[in-house]
Amino acid sequence: MSNPLLTVSGLGKRFGGFVALADVGLQVAEGERLGLIGPNGSGKSTLVNCLCGTVKNDMGQVTFAGHKLNGLSAHQRTRLGMARSFQLPRPFPTLTLAENVRVPILYAADVKGRRAVSDPSERCDELLDMVGLLPKADRKPADLTQIEMRKLELARAMASEPRLLIADEAMAGLSHQEVDDILALLMNLNAQGVTIVMIEHIMRAVLAFSQRLVVLVAGRKLADGNPQDVIRQPDVVAAYLGS
Amino acid sequence: MRNVRFILLALAVAAVTLAVARLIDNAYVFFAGYVVLQYIVLATAWNILGGYTGYVNFGTAAFFAVGAYTTVVLHKTVPLMPLPGMMLAGGVISGVIGLGMGYLTLRLRGTFFSIATLAMAVVAQTLITNWYFVGGSRGAYIIRPSDSPIFSGDYIQYLFAIMLLLSVISVSIARAIQHSRLGYGFSAIRDDELAAEASGVPTLRLKLIATALSGGLMGMAGAPLPYYVTYLDPASGFSLSYAVNTIAMPLIGGTATWLGPVIGAVLLGTLQQVATVTISSALSLLIVGLLLVSFVIAAPKGIVGWFKR
Amino acid sequence: MDLSLDLLGNALVSGVLLGGFYAAVTIGVSISFGMLDIVNIAHPAFVILGSYTAYIANSAFGFDPILSSIVLLPAFYLLGVAIYHVYDVSFERRGDASIRGLAFFFGILFITEVILVLVFGVDYRLVDAPYVGPSLHIGVIDLPLRLLVPCLVSLTLIGVLQLYMSHTVIGRAVQAVAQDPMALRLMAADPSRIKRIAFGLSIASASIAGAILIIIQPVEPSIARDYIGRIFAICVMGGLGSFGGTVVAAMILGIMESLTSTFYGPSWSPAVAFGFLLITLAVRPAGLFGRS
Repeated sequence: MSNPLLTVSGLGKRFGGFVALADVGLQVAEGERLGLIGPNGSGKSTLVNCLCGTVKNDMGQVTFAGHKLNGLSAHQRTRLGMARSFQLPRPFPTLTLAENVRVPILYAADVKGRRAVSDPSERCDELLDMVGLLPKADRKPADLTQIEMRKLELARAMASEPRLLIADEAMAGLSHQEVDDILALLMNLNAQGVTIVMIEHIMRAVLAFSQRLVVLVAGRKLADGNPQDVIRQPDVVAAYLGS
Repeated sequence: MRNVRFILLALAVAAVTLAVARLIDNAYVFFAGYVVLQYIVLATAWNILGGYTGYVNFGTAAFFAVGAYTTVVLHKTVPLMPLPGMMLAGGVISGVIGLGMGYLTLRLRGTFFSIATLAMAVVAQTLITNWYFVGGSRGAYIIRPSDSPIFSGDYIQYLFAIMLLLSVISVSIARAIQHSRLGYGFSAIRDDELAAEASGVPTLRLKLIATALSGGLMGMAGAPLPYYVTYLDPASGFSLSYAVNTIAMPLIGGTATWLGPVIGAVLLGTLQQVATVTISSALSLLIVGLLLVSFVIAAPKGIVGWFKR
Repeated sequence: MDLSLDLLGNALVSGVLLGGFYAAVTIGVSISFGMLDIVNIAHPAFVILGSYTAYIANSAFGFDPILSSIVLLPAFYLLGVAIYHVYDVSFERRGDASIRGLAFFFGILFITEVILVLVFGVDYRLVDAPYVGPSLHIGVIDLPLRLLVPCLVSLTLIGVLQLYMSHTVIGRAVQAVAQDPMALRLMAADPSRIKRIAFGLSIASASIAGAILIIIQPVEPSIARDYIGRIFAICVMGGLGSFGGTVVAAMILGIMESLTSTFYGPSWSPAVAFGFLLITLAVRPAGLFGRS
C-alpha cells in the first residue's frame, strides 16, 4: 500500500479481564472502500470507538493522515477529518435537521487549517439535499422514520468534511430497497473522494460495496484481503457458522 | 448587527424603567425592584449553564454569596473602591471558582456535577462562617452611603440602576450566545455529548466556558448585596431560597431561550415581593417550591412553551 | 500526651459510631441513586421528616423513637411508592429524567423543609429515651449510648436490607434492574413495579434514619442540607449501591469528621464531607469499592 490514510498497529483494549481487541493491525488507503465484518461481540464497535477516540486504547498506535492519534480526544480526531456515524442514530433531538447538520459545519469543517465553508446555510441545504431530507430541514429528528434517521446520521457525519467516514452498521434493520438507497449514497460519497470503512452485518451490502474485506473474530484480525477470497477462507466460514 | 440592535433596545427599556421608577418616587419600588432585577441576572446566568448545556447547578447561593463577601472584604480593605469595581472582582472570583469546580467534576456524568455544586454551597458557607475577618457567623455590618454617587437621588436608586444595567448585560450575553456558534455547541452538549464530540464540539472546553460565565454573572449579582441589606450573615447570604428561585424561574419561564428566565424572574420575583408583604415570606417560598414542582411535571417547556406551537 | 491519646481514641470510637449512623442515612440513597439511578437529592428531607414523626410520637405520646419509627415504616414506604409513581409517569417514561427530574427532587426537598418550618418553626427539637443520657466506659474510652444505640440500629437495618436484597425474588430483581433494565424486561418482570418497590424501601429507611438522627442531635428543618454532601459523598465512595461499601465509606467519613471536630472544632466538620466528595469524584468516581 503506497499511500495509507489510516494505519492501525498493535491495537489492544481490555475491559477488566475481557480482551476486546488484541494486536489488531490495519491499513486503509486514500479513497478505498473497506468492509469490516465479524460476529457479534468480535470487537468491531470497540475498534470504531478506539479509532474515533470515544474509548482509549490500552496498547498500539493509530496514525491518521500523518497524525499520531493516541491521546487526542474525539472532537480533535473529527477535526482532523475522521467522521463516524453511530450504530444507533444519535441525533440532537431538540435541534432541527438543519441545525443538526450545522453543528459539525461550525465545529469541524469551519475551523482553522481546514477548508473553510463559505456559506454554512448553503452547505447545510446541500448536505440535506444529498440525502433527500431537504424538505424536512425545519423538522425535529423525532418526526423521522428509521431510514431517514440513518440518512441524517450520514449527512451529519459528512458535514464535518471528512477524509475518512466510518459507517457503523448504517443499514441494520432497513428494508431491501432502503439498503440499496444507503449503499448508493455511500458509493456516491466514495466517488467524491471520501475513504469509507463500512461495518456491516448485511453480507449482500458488504460484498457489493467493499474493495477489500477485514474479518474480526474475538478481538483479533482473522482475515484481510479480496472479499471473494476472504469469505471462502475456511476459518472465516467456521467463525461465522459458530463451529 | 442584530445583537447591537437588541442591546440598544434593552438599554432603552432599562432607561424607561428607571425613569418610571423615579417618577413614582417611592423607596419601596426601588427596594422591591432591585430584588426582581437581581433574580433576572441570577436566572439568566443559571440558564446559560443549566438551560443551554443541561448541567444543573444547585450552588447558586455559593457563587452569589462569594460575590457578596468579596464586597465585604473590599469594603474593609479598599473602602474607596467604586461598586462596579467590586462587582467585577466578585464576578472574577466566582467565575474562577466555577472554572475550578467544573474542571474537577465536568468530566463525569451531569448528576455528579449537580451533587458537587450542592455540597460546595455547604462548604463555602462553612468557610465563611469560620472566617472572622468578614464577621464569621455573627455577620458583618456595612454602612450604606446615603446618596447616589452619579445622579441625584437615594443610594438605593443607584443600586437599582446598577442592577438594571447588569440585567441588560446578562440578558444580552445570553441572547447573543443563543444565536451563535457557542449556542449550537451548548445545545449539542445538552442533547447528546457523545454525538457532540463526534461532531467536533470540544465539550469540556465549552462546559468550562459556560460554568465560568454563569458563575461569574452570579458573583456580580451578589456583589451589591451587602450595600442593599447593610447587614450580611452567612445564613442569609447562603439562603437556599436563592438556589430554589434561580432554578424555579428558568424552568417556569422556559429554559430553551433567553426570554424564559426573564419571564420567570419577573413573574416569580414580583409574586414573591407581593406575597412576602401580604402573606408571609415562608408561605411565599412554599408557593415557589410548589410552582417549580408543578411546572416540571406539567409544563416541561415552561411559559414560553405555551406560545410556541 | 496521654490526654491527646485519650482524645484520639475517643475521637476514633465516636467516629466509628457516627459513621454507623451515617450509613443508615445513606442506605436509602444507595438504593435509589446507586441501584435505580434516581438522583433523589430530597432524601435527607425525608430523613428529617422521619425525625419529626419520631419527635411527635415521643413528645406527644411518650413512645420510644426507634420503636415508633419501625411502626411508621409502612407509611414512609407508601410515601416513597407515591413519589416514585409521579416521577415515573412525569419523567422516566418521557425519557426526560435529567434536568427536570433533578429539579423535581430539589423542589420536594425545599417544599418539605418549608412545610416543616411552617408547622414546627425553626426551634431545635429533641427526644427523650432511656439511652439518650448515659455512657458505657471501657478504660478511658467513652461509649455514649446516644451514639452506640443508633449505630447498632443502623447496622441491623442494613443487615436486614442486605438479606432482603440477596434472598428474595424481588430483592434479586432490584439488583438485576441495577445491572441492566433490559435484561429484566426479558425476564418478563415489570421494571416499573420493581423500581417502585425499591424506591418505597429507600424512603422507608428514612423513617428509621430520622429517628436515630434525632437521638444523636437536636433537629431543625434546615439541617437536611448538611446531610446532602455527606450522603452523596458516602454513596459515591462506597461504590454506588454496594451496602458493604456504604458502611465502610460511612465509617471513614465519620472518623474524619470526628477527628476534625475534636482537633479543629465542630464548625469545620461540614467541610470535610465536601472535600471527601470532591476528592472521590476527581480521583476515583467509581468509588473505593466500585467496578472501575
